[in-house]
Amino acid sequence: MSTDLAIETTGLVKVFGENRAVDGVDLSVPAGMVYGLLGPNGAGKTTTVRMLATLLRPDGGQARVFGKDVRKDADAVRSRVSLTGQYASVDEDLTGAENLVLLGRLLGHSKPAARERAAQLLDAFGLSEAAEKQVKNYSGGMRRRIDIAASILNTPDLLFLDEPTTGLDPRSRNQVWDIVRAVVAQGTTVLLTTQYLDEADQLASRIAVIDHGKVIAEGTKGELKASVGSGAVHLRLRDPGRRPEAERVLAAALGADVLLDPDPVALTARVNGHGTEQGAAEQAARALAELARSGITVDNFALGQPSLDEVFLALTDKNDKNDKNDKKGTAV
Amino acid sequence: MSTATTTKSTKDMADLVLEAPRAEDLAALLVSKDRPPRPSALSASFTFGWRAMLKIKHVPEQLFDVTAFPIMMVLMYTYLFGGALAGSVSAYIQFLLPGILTMSVVMITMYTGVAVNTDITKGVFDRFRTLPIWRPAPMVGYLLGDVVRYFIASVVMLGVGMIIGYRPHGGPLGVVLGIALLMVFSFAFSWIWTMFGLLLRTEKSVMGVSMMVIFPLTFLSNVFVDPKTMPGWLQAFVNNSPVTHVATAVRELMVGNWPTADIAWSLGWAGLLVLVFGSVTMRLYNRK
Repeated sequence: MSTDLAIETTGLVKVFGENRAVDGVDLSVPAGMVYGLLGPNGAGKTTTVRMLATLLRPDGGQARVFGKDVRKDADAVRSRVSLTGQYASVDEDLTGAENLVLLGRLLGHSKPAARERAAQLLDAFGLSEAAEKQVKNYSGGMRRRIDIAASILNTPDLLFLDEPTTGLDPRSRNQVWDIVRAVVAQGTTVLLTTQYLDEADQLASRIAVIDHGKVIAEGTKGELKASVGSGAVHLRLRDPGRRPEAERVLAAALGADVLLDPDPVALTARVNGHGTEQGAAEQAARALAELARSGITVDNFALGQPSLDEVFLALTDKNDKNDKNDKKGTAV
Repeated sequence: MSTATTTKSTKDMADLVLEAPRAEDLAALLVSKDRPPRPSALSASFTFGWRAMLKIKHVPEQLFDVTAFPIMMVLMYTYLFGGALAGSVSAYIQFLLPGILTMSVVMITMYTGVAVNTDITKGVFDRFRTLPIWRPAPMVGYLLGDVVRYFIASVVMLGVGMIIGYRPHGGPLGVVLGIALLMVFSFAFSWIWTMFGLLLRTEKSVMGVSMMVIFPLTFLSNVFVDPKTMPGWLQAFVNNSPVTHVATAVRELMVGNWPTADIAWSLGWAGLLVLVFGSVTMRLYNRK
């Protein structure tokens, strides 16, 4: 078993009644990076994290954290990981400082050492002023911070962050991102679950896309983007009568299908861009130039990243096609 | 009053200008990778006991059931039965107080189940369960905190009893020993409720089951009357009930006697309760 892997799972399964919440997940997470687990609500992300953090017993398959089995060697795993759950994993009745001192004591620090570490963390997280206030009165962003602070009382080797920015305003979200970057820069491996593609894009070096309890795609950001296209170009024309013509021009210029929006002047085309944002911008610019040459007036134009919906549609689409091909193969 | 405090602190919080986290300071804190050795079982349990104390400090309303309820119990039963059963209130309180003390504290233990049931669903328990500590520590700490609540209830009841005429002839030593025995038994008895707290899904069902267990167990005892007038089958139950043994032991200790058999029975029951319900609780806790 390679020790360079922070997490290694093979065929991990968790069943709740009829529901196969996690249905054969294989993951290899190299140590020292942010690894993104991307998927919609109910995809099995949280269940996977809970099994890896020794909170749930897997029903099938293997899961190892730094080479230690999560079932047989749970205590060894616990001593190296920290979990920041989806809901506040601190005691809301206690103050921020009390929470940190409590956990510091439970991690074996003496009272003075626990107090000192708590004060330092509160300071570094910009929470000194709220230290003596009960966590239930904290704002969403402050809760996230105290939660992450509680997770790094002892610098963990592996930190689980379960949807750390869900429900946060953009500024708080950016601050959480900065914290995650600082944590990983010191050598901690981070397993991040998220529903947001841009979050995975900002933080993660590798991403596994998970849906219905299965990993449907895995790779670096570049690899994933190349497989779904870097983005989409949205256009609004002045004259709805020219839309069929515009559709042909775009299809030819981008080499991709063009979607006609319900709005009679709008259309959307996927831009491949060879997997880079720069490539996508160049391709989109060329397509615009083609439209201008054909004399079609464009009122409005936007180039966006593919949304998570688009990534999923693209990936599940591909999966369905593969399934069909497989069936054909066996039939012949 | 409590709502006013909450509104005020929420407002304070909004006024607070939140500093941005400082990445450099954070990095400096993360550099140290050394971890202190894991705490001992005792130290971890006491830390959780401290958590329970902090919760009492922040939510003092939870002391209502260990102050108002015991006072009510003492006054109600003394004046209700006193004249009829013992001729006078002051005569009856001599007999009743140690018993009603036992009964009330055993009854109060059932709030443990409700508290565990609501607490366990909160995210903080996920964190506790991912810590490399002695597994039963959160539960033991919980119950240590509850012992403090039981102690408060005992002192309150003893105070009320003494105001209306109770005199413990065993002196301070007898009283301390009696209360100590009651605390040990109540700690052990509370494991029944931690089990139900983990087993049952809602607070209501925990409450319902608790009532079903606690009423027959505490009333069918020698707390109110001498069991001699009861039918034989009931005597058999009452004389062997752990609550009867504890009530007798506490009564005798406070009078200044040394009831060896009842003390042994009380401690034996306590050991058995911890062994059975403690291990079931831990099984449920590990699987939750």
